[in-house]
Amino acid sequence: MNATHRLQLRDICISLEGQTLVELDAEIGPGEVLTVMGPSGSGKSTLLAYLAGFLAPAFQARGRVLLDGRDISGLPAERRGIGLLFQDPLLFPHLSVAGNLRFGMPRAGANKTARVEQALGNIGLAGFGARDPATLSGGQKARVALMRLLLSAPCAVLLDEPFSKLDTHLRHEMRRLVFDRLHEAGLPSLLVTHDREDAEEAGGRVIELAH
Amino acid sequence: MRTLFPRLAALVPTLLLPATALQAAPAPADWEAVLDEARGQAVYWYAWAGEQRTNDYIDWVAGQVEEQFDIALTHVKVGDTSEAVSRVLAEKQAGNHDDGNVDLIWINGENFAAMKANELLFGPFAETLPNFALTHPEHNPEVVTDFTLPTEGYESPWGRAQITFYYDSHELRGDSQEVAAPPQDIHALLAWAEANPGRFTYPRIPDFTGSTFLKQALIELTDEHEALYAPVAESDFAAITAPLWDYLDALHPHLWRSGRQFPATGPEMRSLMGNGELALAFTFTPSEPAAAVADFELPESTRSYVPESGTLGNVHFVAIPYNSPHKAGAMVVADFLLSPEAQAHKQDLDVWGDRTVLDLARLDDQSRDLFTLDDSNPAMLPAGALQKTLPEPHPSWMTALQDAWQARYIGD
Amino acid sequence: MATDHPRDEGSLMLRLAPVLIVILLVAPILAGLTMALLPAFGYLPALGGERLSLDPWRALFAEPGIWRSAAISLASGLLATAISLAVVLLFLAAASGSRLDRWIRRLVSPLLSIPHAAAAFGLAFLIAPSGLVARLASPGLTGWERPPDLLIVHDPWGLSLIAGLVIKEIPFLLLMSLAALPQLDTERRVAMARSLGYRPTLAWWKVVAPSLYPLIRLPVFAVIAYASSVVDVAMILGPTLPPTLAVSILTWFSDPDLETRFLASAGAILQLGVTATALMIWWALERLVARLMRGWVIRGGRRRGEASLHIAGKLWVVLVTVIAFAGIAGLAIHSVAGFWRFPDLLPTSATLAHWARALPALAGPIASTALVAVASTLIAAALALAALENEQRSGRHPSRALWLLYLPLIVPQIAFLFGLVVVMEQLGTRPTHALVTFGHLLFVLPYVFLSLSEAYRRFDPRWSRLALTLGASRNGAFWRVRLPMLLAPILTAVAVGLAVSIGQYLPTQLLAGGRVTTVTTEAVSLAAGNNRRVIGVWALVQACLPLVGFIIAIGLPKLLWSNRRGMQGAP
Repeated sequence: MNATHRLQLRDICISLEGQTLVELDAEIGPGEVLTVMGPSGSGKSTLLAYLAGFLAPAFQARGRVLLDGRDISGLPAERRGIGLLFQDPLLFPHLSVAGNLRFGMPRAGANKTARVEQALGNIGLAGFGARDPATLSGGQKARVALMRLLLSAPCAVLLDEPFSKLDTHLRHEMRRLVFDRLHEAGLPSLLVTHDREDAEEAGGRVIELAH
Repeated sequence: MRTLFPRLAALVPTLLLPATALQAAPAPADWEAVLDEARGQAVYWYAWAGEQRTNDYIDWVAGQVEEQFDIALTHVKVGDTSEAVSRVLAEKQAGNHDDGNVDLIWINGENFAAMKANELLFGPFAETLPNFALTHPEHNPEVVTDFTLPTEGYESPWGRAQITFYYDSHELRGDSQEVAAPPQDIHALLAWAEANPGRFTYPRIPDFTGSTFLKQALIELTDEHEALYAPVAESDFAAITAPLWDYLDALHPHLWRSGRQFPATGPEMRSLMGNGELALAFTFTPSEPAAAVADFELPESTRSYVPESGTLGNVHFVAIPYNSPHKAGAMVVADFLLSPEAQAHKQDLDVWGDRTVLDLARLDDQSRDLFTLDDSNPAMLPAGALQKTLPEPHPSWMTALQDAWQARYIGD
Repeated sequence: MATDHPRDEGSLMLRLAPVLIVILLVAPILAGLTMALLPAFGYLPALGGERLSLDPWRALFAEPGIWRSAAISLASGLLATAISLAVVLLFLAAASGSRLDRWIRRLVSPLLSIPHAAAAFGLAFLIAPSGLVARLASPGLTGWERPPDLLIVHDPWGLSLIAGLVIKEIPFLLLMSLAALPQLDTERRVAMARSLGYRPTLAWWKVVAPSLYPLIRLPVFAVIAYASSVVDVAMILGPTLPPTLAVSILTWFSDPDLETRFLASAGAILQLGVTATALMIWWALERLVARLMRGWVIRGGRRRGEASLHIAGKLWVVLVTVIAFAGIAGLAIHSVAGFWRFPDLLPTSATLAHWARALPALAGPIASTALVAVASTLIAAALALAALENEQRSGRHPSRALWLLYLPLIVPQIAFLFGLVVVMEQLGTRPTHALVTFGHLLFVLPYVFLSLSEAYRRFDPRWSRLALTLGASRNGAFWRVRLPMLLAPILTAVAVGLAVSIGQYLPTQLLAGGRVTTVTTEAVSLAAGNNRRVIGVWALVQACLPLVGFIIAIGLPKLLWSNRRGMQGAP
């Protein structure tokens, strides 16, 4: 888990009906977190949708997204190798905890059951594999969601205000866990938030989108 | 090649022959050839399905022809025979002249007249059916006459109907002021209805049982009988029918629902009897009341009778559409329906109770025994009651009476 | 380039789905209408009608009682719709989530699945002069020793017909409303209005009803079209002298006098006009009511009328539910009745003879019914899912052409089905299960699509995005996430589709030419025999078949997700 990946955003410009929403040029190294801050309506989510490959057809985008030197801006979402962490943990309600973790694991991987068990142990949830995700606490769900992201072996990660819905005491704990793990895994990450504390704990560069 | 060649060969005549009604038809005279061709055919028989007993009988026929002739007979259930007529018409309209859906139709009266006039029928075939001779048409002209029209071999007889009245003897003998004896002619019926308001009715026109009641009344009310047996256009309809309308105008206020509403069909009239809404009703199937008692529909005190004035009776037939692709199979089924075996089974009160069209004098003793009637059932007509049969008028009268009735009594 | 959405395998099929749906629904209707329009103006070469004329119309308007027929069709369509809508809105306004409300909701869904014919028979057995109600009150309360000579069923004003339609349309409109309500954030709106001093039922009428109506407007139009042109219910309950226009047309079309075909075609076009008129009158009424409502809403009354609105909301829906279930109970009693003299409340004896007699005949029609229903529903569900998935993937708004989905629900069946039969004949098709399945698809597809689209479009798009960012393909995201998570609404849509197919009478009868008999065609044709016991057996079977679908639709997700709390009460 210490591959090195690099995400480069080259002259990105997203506009709607001729009006520019976001302009950005940045580079994120392995294990680094780039925080993009701005009030609602500043185009943060549009930027995330663009990077992940979900931009609605109404928008126009220019520029290139390079992941490890490869231009991925033309690729469909599932082939970009970019993982996403949402505000909500979004554990698939029809799968067990283990089923959620396995969902993103590459199909060819060997010894999946053991790796899932190990991953659960890693986040303090050993033996929770067969549980219904709806029976977990908020913090437990957030940890499973993070682990599911990591097990899917992404090359870069987008964080969409992942801590905004957590209780204050949990929020701090989760930030530490998320940033440590991403750093450990050597993943370039882009965090979108309007919470200054998020930016501070992320520790990386901060770009403010103004509008 | 071996399998392909016969198929090609079979195509050739179809390609060469002009598209006439008889193109793929078997020659009815060569009965062995007909039987051969019928083997393995699927025959679709469009038949009125309003009666469970009738349906059960047709089911039995299907089993028999499957076993005896290897014919797969399907009863296509229709609510009104005219549905089958209009289907054949739709096919003709669409240019489907040799691959129709209807192989056999249960038919008579104006439906037959309409199909024949529009050249929608295959034939003549009936008189060549081996069992047809058992009907002895020379002595029984009704089996080759349908509402005055000669059938000319375009339909084959298979049963008989005659108007039969029935009542609940328990009710008529009851404490009410109702006449103890049921009415014996059309004038007595009016008097009876006046004495028993709301207890009699007839099916709404154009239902065939209801229409038959109109004809029955007209025959009894007019003196000009000859005119009724010629096309209606040849006589003064208004003058001849005037007594009928006077009669109905007088009768209606005393009918069920004061004549503002009528049951849709004969069976609906029967169910009104069963519910106690009516005290007197009639049917076209003489055994129907007895059968309904057995089915818990009518009380055991039900009794049947034919009024002394006599009642209308007719024969019902089966016909084959001109575009049926299974004419041989249909002919074999029509012939089977005329067999003593099938006719006797049909007449059995436990099965259907429809009377035979065979002339019993033509049968051997053994076959004749099959037709012995069990008259121990009190709801059944007494033996010999069906002697006074009045023949059906020309089919154009039925249509004319229906139109006139509807113009007079609908929507006022 | 980034906005260009990548296509993967199967996406061509997906993009074709909406086109296919539109063609499947529109082409047969247009073809059928054309073949009704031509003979209506005298053109029918097979019958010697070689040039256009107005004779069919002259003959039509010379028919006795034709205007009354048309008027009754128009009035019963409008009244049945207005009453059903009023009862549904009154109930929703008064519903507060009490145990009674939950029971009513639970009871209403099976009512939706009961075919119209079975419900109509149930009502007829209940309210006829010799029906259960009269028996219950006789002779004790009424003194009736024999059935009263009253015009109840088949009354000339069509009141029984309207009652029969109301019983069936209330569940439909209620379920359509329940599906639409979640979009409106009802609870917060009512809470807000209550905080301004409005009583709860009044609050609902003033802040929810005006937003709800536009969402259920198309279903309401479908009800108007259906109620103004229905055949089977009108045959069982409607007036007879003259009958409604649709029933008259059916009689003319099957008249042995083949000339009547022209008249019948003109009648079919007139029916189209009657239904269109009903829709226009409704549209004008909408305007009027909207204006009146606006005044009432802003006038600011907060309390007056609350109690009566509240009581009416419960009373009517309970009454209708009780009547419907009592009707079904009546069918059950008749199906085992021995002789049953009036005014006995129960038959003198019970017998299984009617069932024993029907049993051998039931197997074939049940198999045909199931085959056609399952095939048409599966095709419909696949097409609907493909179209909806395509909509999601392309990120476009619902295609505007999809309003055409409502065409089969708004064009009266009787107006185009006869023409369609002629067209099918000309194409050389044979009446087979496949042709009947195609005919059913016309009506199953819209209902399946409508009951599925809400849940599908409301489904949180983040789930699929999440699946994609976890490396699942688009098809994988569909099969592994969307499909299982939407299992409950999909099964409900399937159950609705099955129920619609099972209830079809006219398309089955006409397209099959009687060769494919379903439980419904069998029940209606046996109805001609008017044997209440036989009808009881068949109508009961007809009513129970769709229930099987609903039981599976409700039970299967419960079983599968018994260990998944997050899937209980899912969308």
